[in-house]
Amino acid sequence: MLILLVLACAAIGIPLLALWGDGRRGAALFIGFNTLTLLAILALAVQVLRDGAFTTDGGQFMVDDLSIVLVLVDGVVALSTAWFSRSYMAQEIVHWSLSRRRVRLYHAMFQTFLTTMLLALLTNNMGILWVAMEGATLSTVLLVSLFRTAEGLEAAWKYFILCGVGLAMALFGTILLYFAAQKVLGHGADALLWTRLEAVRRQLQPQVMAIAFIFMLVGYGTKIGLSPLNNWLPDAHASGPSSVSAVLSGLLLNVALYAVLRAKVLVDGALGPNFAGRLLMGFGLLSLLVAAFSMLRQRDVKRLFAYSSIEHMGLATFAFGIGAPLASFAGLLHMISHSLTKSSVFFSVGHAVQSFGSREIQRIRGLLELSPLLGWALMLAVLFILGMPPSGLFLSEFLIVASTLQVQPWLTPLLLLGLGVAFAGIFPRLQGMVFGSAPEGIARQPVSGIIPIFIQLALVIVLGTFIPWMLVQWMQHAALLLHG
Amino acid sequence: MTITAQGLTWGIPLLRLLAALLLLLTFAMLAQRRLLTLIHLLAWQGMVLAAGTALVALLTGQSELWFSAALTLTLKAILIPTVLHRLLRRLQVRGDVEAVLNIPLTLLAGIALVIFAFFLAAPITALTGTVTRGMVGIALAAVLLAFLMMITRRKAISQVVGFLAIDNGLFFAATSATLGMPMVVELGVALDALIGFVILGIFFFQMRETFDSMDLQHLEQIREE
Repeated sequence: MLILLVLACAAIGIPLLALWGDGRRGAALFIGFNTLTLLAILALAVQVLRDGAFTTDGGQFMVDDLSIVLVLVDGVVALSTAWFSRSYMAQEIVHWSLSRRRVRLYHAMFQTFLTTMLLALLTNNMGILWVAMEGATLSTVLLVSLFRTAEGLEAAWKYFILCGVGLAMALFGTILLYFAAQKVLGHGADALLWTRLEAVRRQLQPQVMAIAFIFMLVGYGTKIGLSPLNNWLPDAHASGPSSVSAVLSGLLLNVALYAVLRAKVLVDGALGPNFAGRLLMGFGLLSLLVAAFSMLRQRDVKRLFAYSSIEHMGLATFAFGIGAPLASFAGLLHMISHSLTKSSVFFSVGHAVQSFGSREIQRIRGLLELSPLLGWALMLAVLFILGMPPSGLFLSEFLIVASTLQVQPWLTPLLLLGLGVAFAGIFPRLQGMVFGSAPEGIARQPVSGIIPIFIQLALVIVLGTFIPWMLVQWMQHAALLLHG
Repeated sequence: MTITAQGLTWGIPLLRLLAALLLLLTFAMLAQRRLLTLIHLLAWQGMVLAAGTALVALLTGQSELWFSAALTLTLKAILIPTVLHRLLRRLQVRGDVEAVLNIPLTLLAGIALVIFAFFLAAPITALTGTVTRGMVGIALAAVLLAFLMMITRRKAISQVVGFLAIDNGLFFAATSATLGMPMVVELGVALDALIGFVILGIFFFQMRETFDSMDLQHLEQIREE
């Protein structure tokens, strides 16, 4: 019941925002629907806390310890993005002179994206998971090219084609999964239900599952931004509105990784833990290193943090690859901390870019002097993303390094090298952006869009200092589930 | 899924024939220089797909597959090629495809890809019964060939045709190798394909407005410092 309520709260917003999503009314409706969705999610979380994992509607929908954590983060980030979007878009609409129609398109597509994210997390059907991921891509293509600049169109085209082809590979993987499942579960709609597959995962044919997993990893990996399939990610993050960059980094990448994790549990049953684990570790480490070194030569502030997202997703993928329960726990913590922190980074960067009228790091100067609140928001968010205590990312990175030392000690230097280079890529730039004196004639930003940044950062501190017990319990169970 | 003995004697060879046709059509697309013919070939691929789905429906007696076959016929064989055709005229795209590689070289690469696909599918094929033997390999080969087509073409429309051809290959894998995916999934996939196509249409007009051309060379401006 509650699962359907969550999805309905999100889905009802789509047609209404398509009709009335412009002006002040549009922004208010957008916030309203996401508040409703978050309330429904909280109710769902209470039920999961009481009853544990469950499925509904003939097994078509499912929520368990792994998905509820991500659903919660999804709800929080969606609401704060809607909040941020109100003041942010009000300025963008004037700046780009967007028509009312295009603002309606923005809100409706945004809401569609948020709905597909929730659907992907709450469905039990591996096929519907794919459908939701594809829907997420489609709904964000027009958001990336919202401003209709040449750059935006190029980024959107690249995004569409690369992710489209990537997801085609994931669909092939899903078909092969069904092919393997048929032999055990028989023909029919139930054979793609994750809970049923999980129950028989040891009987699935290993040869087929190996190939199916590779296709799914490549496909969903394109969306996670795993190297070498990450070309679309910096462009799409840089060209779209900052609210879109925030949810691309904060939600989409997480959900894509979630899809890979679901597939990993199945393939671990058929092939043992090493096969999928090694692949995840390899791709994760490669992405971490490639992204870290790419950061050094970025001039565009949004591209810089887009690469940082690749780096962090690489790290989380690596953590899940290690396979120890502690590492999986750290990976999950990393995913949720990253999604809260990175969306805050993009919120503050979005306001900063609006003030200075440029995305070039060189031209953003003296933010603390210009607007202390925004300056602090950016500084804290960026320090947190660098893994400074008391951020949740400090804790997760510490745990990941610790369990690497335990399981694969010879990989630790590479891991530390990646983290160190990433630090060197971001930290000096941050100093330039926040300190010093601001140029003359720069407009100050309204405060209302900055509040959600501080709320999210407070949550990140909570994750880094004393994680609430129910969250710990969920993440422990999820880590054991991923461990097999 | 049971197939009657009678069905096995004529149905399966027919399905294999259709699979071969699909692969042949993909090769023809790879070799094709004219955009208009490319779209016709895509429509033929849609026809083969619909026929294949109908055949599987007849052999296995799953009534929902008939629905799926009808959907394929209207969407992939009629609607999408027609719209592409009209788009071509509305946007006045010049008639031929500019390939990055020359055609004979592309075809050679295509042959290599087919061998690779069969090699990759060999362990799967070895496990299955006689009914669907080879289908996974053929479908994978069709997907990879369409992929190659996307890489080697410059115009936005021919990339989209490549994209749709990938979709066709996947669809063939779903119907012939697994004898039909669950209905919800199939409907979802069809819905995504339709929405994706609509978005592409909107996108083309945006591109036309901004660049006055459909050549993807305009889309190579973003450079990293």
